Amino acid sequence: MATQNFEDIVDDFEFMDDWEDRYRYVIEMGKAMDPLDDAFRVDANKVHGCASQVWLQTYTDAGVFRFDGDSDALIVRGLIAVLRALYNDVPVDQVADVDAPAELARLGLNDHLSSQRSNGVRAMVERIRSVAAQA
Amino acid sequence: MFDVEKIRADFPILSRQVNGKPLVYLDNGASAQKPQVVIDAITQAYAQEYSNVHRGLHYLSNLATEKYESVRGVIARFLGAAQDDDIVLNTGSTMGINTVAYGWAMPNLQAGDEIILSVMEHHANIVPWHFLRERQGVVIKWVDIDETGHLDPQAVIDAIGPKTKLIAVTHMSNVLGSRVDVTSICAAARERGVAVLVDGSQAAVHGPVNVRDIGCDFYAITGHKLYGPSGSGAIYIHPDRQAEMIPFVGGGDMIKEVHKDTVIYNDAPMMFEAGTPGIVQTIGLGVALEYMMQIGMENIAAHENSLRDYTVEKLRGLNFVTVQGTTADKGAIFSFTLDGAGHAHDISTILDKRGVAVRAGQHCAGPLLDHLGLTATCRASMGMYNTKSDIDTFIDALHLAHELLG
Repeated sequence: MATQNFEDIVDDFEFMDDWEDRYRYVIEMGKAMDPLDDAFRVDANKVHGCASQVWLQTYTDAGVFRFDGDSDALIVRGLIAVLRALYNDVPVDQVADVDAPAELARLGLNDHLSSQRSNGVRAMVERIRSVAAQA
Repeated sequence: MFDVEKIRADFPILSRQVNGKPLVYLDNGASAQKPQVVIDAITQAYAQEYSNVHRGLHYLSNLATEKYESVRGVIARFLGAAQDDDIVLNTGSTMGINTVAYGWAMPNLQAGDEIILSVMEHHANIVPWHFLRERQGVVIKWVDIDETGHLDPQAVIDAIGPKTKLIAVTHMSNVLGSRVDVTSICAAARERGVAVLVDGSQAAVHGPVNVRDIGCDFYAITGHKLYGPSGSGAIYIHPDRQAEMIPFVGGGDMIKEVHKDTVIYNDAPMMFEAGTPGIVQTIGLGVALEYMMQIGMENIAAHENSLRDYTVEKLRGLNFVTVQGTTADKGAIFSFTLDGAGHAHDISTILDKRGVAVRAGQHCAGPLLDHLGLTATCRASMGMYNTKSDIDTFIDALHLAHELLG
């Protein structure tokens, strides 16, 4: 059982038969996400290993992990929104326990996690895990 | 008689599926697929005919050497070179252009000398010249294209000054498909004693090339774009320029004698081919070029021109697509963006789900993308095996991308 936000996405995905609807959903999630403030679009927040530009701004607040993110690619923005559902509000000491490949596989989005893929989901997950491990 | 279905049947990969859809391969500008004859030649070379070349006196070494060396003649014929020894075998255009940069330009150019480049060169025809700028004060002069992607040969000729030593220019843009009138550039350059390097990485794939008609000093080609193996290629070097060159990479095979205090180099072109070469790759390239010539370069060009015209017509009907490069005689290479939302990577991801392989990004042409004011484009680039049905699938997928991203 992942976060309620993520489980809600899983529930929605169960009603979608084809990849087009799933992509449409992910893209809409990306469009609905607030853009990252320009002040946070800095090199230190840039995630490398992505073909498009990706920034993640992470926080820990009262032992809970959160992050905001952005990308110049819409599908990647949507994937960031999915990852926010997966990781936001997870206790910092439980971030490492989140099995991102397995959870994304429930959405049929696990093909985005291969290290050869240049969309950077894997790099984002690594960034999230490393930030949480150091918190 | 050009029969595209017969050609398609020669390429086993074209019958596979990708993401549950029949593959529509439109990334030929990056690398082309291989016909069965090339795959068989590679297998045959390793299974029955393999040894190092130029070294042993044993049966297999002689056989491998004979097969390998015969490719020099095939390439000479493919490019219309006067003699086999005008061809230096290598791993592709990047190596060829670096051989010219290190072997010809570095010893012959002084600080303040100029190299003329067009703004639509591939990084392989830019970065080696940056080395000369950084290391010995050579000046790079850039010539712009017009809004259609056309490079006016007169603009290149007008850029020639008393200090100009080299013009390095593509024969066909890998991003825009624009063809360049290199023959006119070479004629004017020759009168002024300026050498011309033509990057034929794209052009040689899509139509006949004759280096003597062009009148260039250097002509670089890349095997993996020519339906041959990766790691194969060649550069044509005019004998007069070969005589002005020093070896670039040192090692075995490029020498006649090596002693503690002296070294005597082999004659060109061997002087420029140090170390054990890509033996099997080169043999495969020879087979690929024979395959192309058997189909006929004019026939390939005619087929691809009809694909180009069909694609232009279809894209014209899409009011949400902006195509970069609109010259009438361009190659079948289409770089585009979708108006409004949608990054090039978004578009290529959605196309991929429909089985359509295109490239997204800068296409190794940073200065051109800067010139166009873009950070990335999608590029659909066609080859001899593509069909109008491929284009239809591509156009359908673009509609979907527009719908999802718009």
